[in-house]
Amino acid sequence: MSSNAIPTASELQKNGFVARRQLILKVTTLFLFLSAALSIFVTTAIVVILVRDSWAFFTEIPLVDFLFGTMWTPVFANPQFGVLPLLAATLQTAGLAMIIAVPFGLVMAIYLSEYAKPALRETIKPALEMLEAVPTVVYGYFALLVMTPFLQAFIPGLKGINLLVPGIILGIMILPYVVSVSEDAMRAVPNGLREGGYALGMAKWQVAIRVVIPGAFSGITAAFILGMSRAVGETMVLAIAAGQNPNLTWDPREGAATITAYIVQMSLGDVAHGSLAYTTIFAVGLLLFLITLTFNVIGFYLRRKFREAY
Amino acid sequence: MTVTTEGNLGTPAKTGKTAFKAERAAKRKDLIFAVGGLVVMAIAMTLLLTLIGDLVIRGLARVDYDFLTNFPSRKAARAGILSAWVGSLLVMLVTAFLAIPVGVAAGLYLEEYAKKGKLANIIEINVANLAGVPSIIYGLLALGLFVYGMNLGKTVLVAGMTLALLILPIIIVSTREAVRSIPRIIKEGAYGLGADQWQVMWNYIIPAARPGILTGAIVGLSRAIGETAPIITIGALTFIAFLPPPPVTGEFPFISFEWLNAPFTVLPIQMFNWVSRPQADFHTNAAAAGVVLMMLTLSLNGIAIWIRFRLRKAHRN
Repeated sequence: MSSNAIPTASELQKNGFVARRQLILKVTTLFLFLSAALSIFVTTAIVVILVRDSWAFFTEIPLVDFLFGTMWTPVFANPQFGVLPLLAATLQTAGLAMIIAVPFGLVMAIYLSEYAKPALRETIKPALEMLEAVPTVVYGYFALLVMTPFLQAFIPGLKGINLLVPGIILGIMILPYVVSVSEDAMRAVPNGLREGGYALGMAKWQVAIRVVIPGAFSGITAAFILGMSRAVGETMVLAIAAGQNPNLTWDPREGAATITAYIVQMSLGDVAHGSLAYTTIFAVGLLLFLITLTFNVIGFYLRRKFREAY
Repeated sequence: MTVTTEGNLGTPAKTGKTAFKAERAAKRKDLIFAVGGLVVMAIAMTLLLTLIGDLVIRGLARVDYDFLTNFPSRKAARAGILSAWVGSLLVMLVTAFLAIPVGVAAGLYLEEYAKKGKLANIIEINVANLAGVPSIIYGLLALGLFVYGMNLGKTVLVAGMTLALLILPIIIVSTREAVRSIPRIIKEGAYGLGADQWQVMWNYIIPAARPGILTGAIVGLSRAIGETAPIITIGALTFIAFLPPPPVTGEFPFISFEWLNAPFTVLPIQMFNWVSRPQADFHTNAAAAGVVLMMLTLSLNGIAIWIRFRLRKAHRN
């Protein structure tokens, strides 16, 4: 038997080739499966850790006081644990971000999907991605040291630390994401529908508003909801430019700590592990996680709906 | 030619004149949309350019050899970012080493191995959800699980693991997209020659998907390098005037992993620290750190965009 002859099946089994291949196949399949399953482990771990470490907090502070209290002074001598000031600041900045991102994002997405020529689109999209690539701490620097002093010249009463500027910056930050998800949805609308519109004598803008937007409605809504979720969870811009003072206000010219800014503030000061102050960051973290989870789940299903529709 | 009778689709335009008017109105509105898109784009780009311009004007002059080789200091003029960029580099090493293999493996599993069923569906929803979890929540996870749960401390290793978890969804999604775009014929040819599933993956699918995977990995790492919140949450010190122990030593076995357990700081944290000080001199330092950080992330993203562009051209030909 010469060495370069093609081995027979029984030879391959005898010299261990088959066994070796089967072992490799099993081991690699297991590794691949475990890697995929890791994502489930991470989600479970997030929930378990947040619940476990905030448990002590919720046994001491009634849930009603936490959710509806209007004072957040956890390190004072007479501590109050009402989360409303943090929540109000979070929702205000996220709301301001949406005021920027919704109209801008919609116009931009319509432009990219209906008007821009492919070559132009290929230039604009990477440029938008660059906006997304800027580290959030740089945006924070920009909000605090450049944009706030600039806007103070135009807006009377705008404090050096305020909710307005971080809100605007957040809007610009989530713009690329909102544009890309809603443009995806618009491009998924079949061309047949557009052509139907043209056949009825519609102009391009009419097709965009009466055919494409209704057709892509669930996807566009998903884009806004997912964008909102990102704005709610954003941290550094707010920690730097919105201040760290829990302040229940509806005036965006004033500063107020958001949920994320509070977590940063507490983490910077060395908090003793296991103290009540330590558990507060997990309690507000749990609240933040639940808010973003709700947005993400709604967004996910809406997004899936437009993918299924066509 | 489009003839429109806006708001009145039931009755067609009666005369040529009204039709002409309607068409002109439609063209005008089209123009408004097109210009609107460009204006939004211009606003966004102006903001980006102002941001970069301000950083460069304020900070570029400060970026010199001393700035890169000095430790942070209480005196703004003598402060540098040595410990910060070394820390960033080491953390990125750990993150890349963990996130890329695991992310690619998970992507391959979901795209090629998993049967379409409940479990695959759950994992898919889960990955989508993880991509939307705020980064600071990953920080809390790391604080509860790695720092206090496993008692690993506030080290380079913990930061690397935290950021690896954070960018895992990005790498998984880009791997899946890359694998999905490989023509089936490649796979079928390999199976036809008697290759088993792993041989097909290792010899055909992974090499063919490499540019897409690489793009995802670079985008993920560029995100990780600028990420601040989770690192603050695990309690990284901001004033570190020493370097972690070097990975190469003079004695046997010449390689040391002591640096994994060293305390550290990273570039964005150093920048955050300088931004939050009241003195203007430190703000100059912050701008300089920002210049370095922006150069890193923008060039990483530039590389990713370039790879994707070349990939698209290759697909077209």
